Amino acid sequence: MPASTSQKVSLWRRLTDWGATGFAVLAAILVIVPLLAIFVYLVIKGIGSVNISFLTQTPKPPGELGGGMANGIVGTGLILAVASVIGIPLGIGSGIYLAEYGRNRFGDLIRFTADVLNGVPSIVVGITVYSLIVIRQKHFSAFSGGVALGIMMIPTVARATEEMLLMVPNVIREAAYGLGIPKWRTTLSISLRTASAGVITGCMLAFARVAGETAPLLFTAFGNQFWNLKLNQPTAALSLQVYTYAISPYDDWHKQAWAGSLILIVLIVGAVAAVRITTSRGRLKGA
Amino acid sequence: MSDSVDPMNPSQPLGRLPKPVTSMPSLAKVDAGRTGNKPTAALEKIRRTYPRSSRIPDEVFRWIIILSAISVFAIVLLVVWELVDKSKLSLHQFGLHFFYGHDWDPVNDSYGAMPFIYGTLVSSLLALVLAVPLSIGVAVFVTEMCPQRLRSYISFLVELLAAIPSVIYGLWGIFVLAPLLRDYVEPFLAKTLGWTGLFGGPMYGLGMLAAGIILAIMIVPVIASITREVMTAVPQNQREAVLALGATRWEMIRMGVLRNARIGIVGGVILGLGRALGETMAVTMLIGNRPEVSKSLFAPGYTMASVIANEFTEATGDMYLSALVEIGLALFIVTLIVNALARLLVWSITGGTARPSA
Repeated sequence: MPASTSQKVSLWRRLTDWGATGFAVLAAILVIVPLLAIFVYLVIKGIGSVNISFLTQTPKPPGELGGGMANGIVGTGLILAVASVIGIPLGIGSGIYLAEYGRNRFGDLIRFTADVLNGVPSIVVGITVYSLIVIRQKHFSAFSGGVALGIMMIPTVARATEEMLLMVPNVIREAAYGLGIPKWRTTLSISLRTASAGVITGCMLAFARVAGETAPLLFTAFGNQFWNLKLNQPTAALSLQVYTYAISPYDDWHKQAWAGSLILIVLIVGAVAAVRITTSRGRLKGA
Repeated sequence: MSDSVDPMNPSQPLGRLPKPVTSMPSLAKVDAGRTGNKPTAALEKIRRTYPRSSRIPDEVFRWIIILSAISVFAIVLLVVWELVDKSKLSLHQFGLHFFYGHDWDPVNDSYGAMPFIYGTLVSSLLALVLAVPLSIGVAVFVTEMCPQRLRSYISFLVELLAAIPSVIYGLWGIFVLAPLLRDYVEPFLAKTLGWTGLFGGPMYGLGMLAAGIILAIMIVPVIASITREVMTAVPQNQREAVLALGATRWEMIRMGVLRNARIGIVGGVILGLGRALGETMAVTMLIGNRPEVSKSLFAPGYTMASVIANEFTEATGDMYLSALVEIGLALFIVTLIVNALARLLVWSITGGTARPSA
């Protein structure tokens, strides 16, 4: 508020102004506090249980102390690898369509469906993949878990790719066409390359978003107490294990749930932070 | 794609660059298209002057890209098809009664989803009541009040809230939030606001209130980021005009910014509602999972998403499974409507540029 006018402003108006400012500051604090609380608790409660055996062993039967989540960590990696193989190419492909070919009604339709897909509750994706793959295969599998997460990655990747490609100036495309470079080369080696920083950001955000997903894995990957490296077998995942342990009645399992969450959040925040440090969002290569 | 005169030699080997084009289409047209920054008709014309042989890979590429776009459409269709197909049994058996029936009885194969619908609605509305003022407060603070240097840190922290997996919210809720509610907040609420009837009965910590609070924390980033975007979309001279009339900062924000951005903010709120309705893990871990309709917010409840999460793998019998899928279908339809509405509202403000973070 400009100082010169404050003399003439009535007390009531000044009070509401202060009140509103106070409320906004309070709101900011109230939003940040749970975030800090979650991180502090994760570190305090989790760090004590992260040790070599936690990282290298499989879970012990209920009641026995010790054991770890090694199979869950590997399982999460396996599922996320499948998800990325499905979600990233399809996402980038649809993003290219939306930006380079989709300035028409069909493009609008695809854009709308991508948004619909983005809003579908993850548990509904789980049901769909269950009836599409698990029922047909007659058993739970890492592959079906990957498919579910991959589907959830597509809209995020697609919209990020579209947004970044639209930021690439048309002059660059014209220059490429002027040199006689075919459209597919122009799109892949020039437009997409120029936009690569933002596209990678989008992919990492999508990755971080699905890395901690639990609901769709409940009836696709299902979880497993033992090692599994096969795509067509039920697989443990960190997030599933955290859930099972958190709602169990055993103290030792609760400790391990905190440790598992800590590993999971390090993975996710690591991915987000790495993206934020290496590429500033929205910047084009060479621009 | 059929131009009669091809200026280039059609038998040129694939992959070689053609010679510079001599008969370019009018560059003025290309220039005119530049401002719009989208592929123009003129660009297409340049492309058509390429030799036919180099257009074959172009066509192949185009179809690959179209196929991946169609896959998005196909996936959504598959979701709808599978949900309808697998819930047919229950749809035929119970009809509309499914949505207001109270009994959920797998033993007698009789299903009514009322307690779950109630739980989903109440927990989501509670989350909105808590999250909306906070989100708008944060957005106002970040866009209008806070020092430039703090701005990016605060928005980064709020974005980080969106990146925390819901199972971790659930874990934190069980071991930190629920005891806190049980020992301090709920006794206090019962003493001061107990007469409303909303805060009564035994205090477990786990229950509707805990679920609503955790949902509120989870949807703040969604609402706050949309609110911030629509507020930034309000032209600067709106603010200056109101300030020039002698308004205080709050009056400027209220009249110059919030009033102009209100449709977009409502859109953001509805988008947050969509997220809350479909949220599964954190709610399942905190709401207590008992299919009851109770007036007290301390009492345990059950939501549509959590009943699917808890019972889907244990569902024996086709009718049981079908009833669960029908709940999924209902959830899908509701979130579809809510999201479409929200996007329309947000788009009407920002012209299609704003979207929720992740």
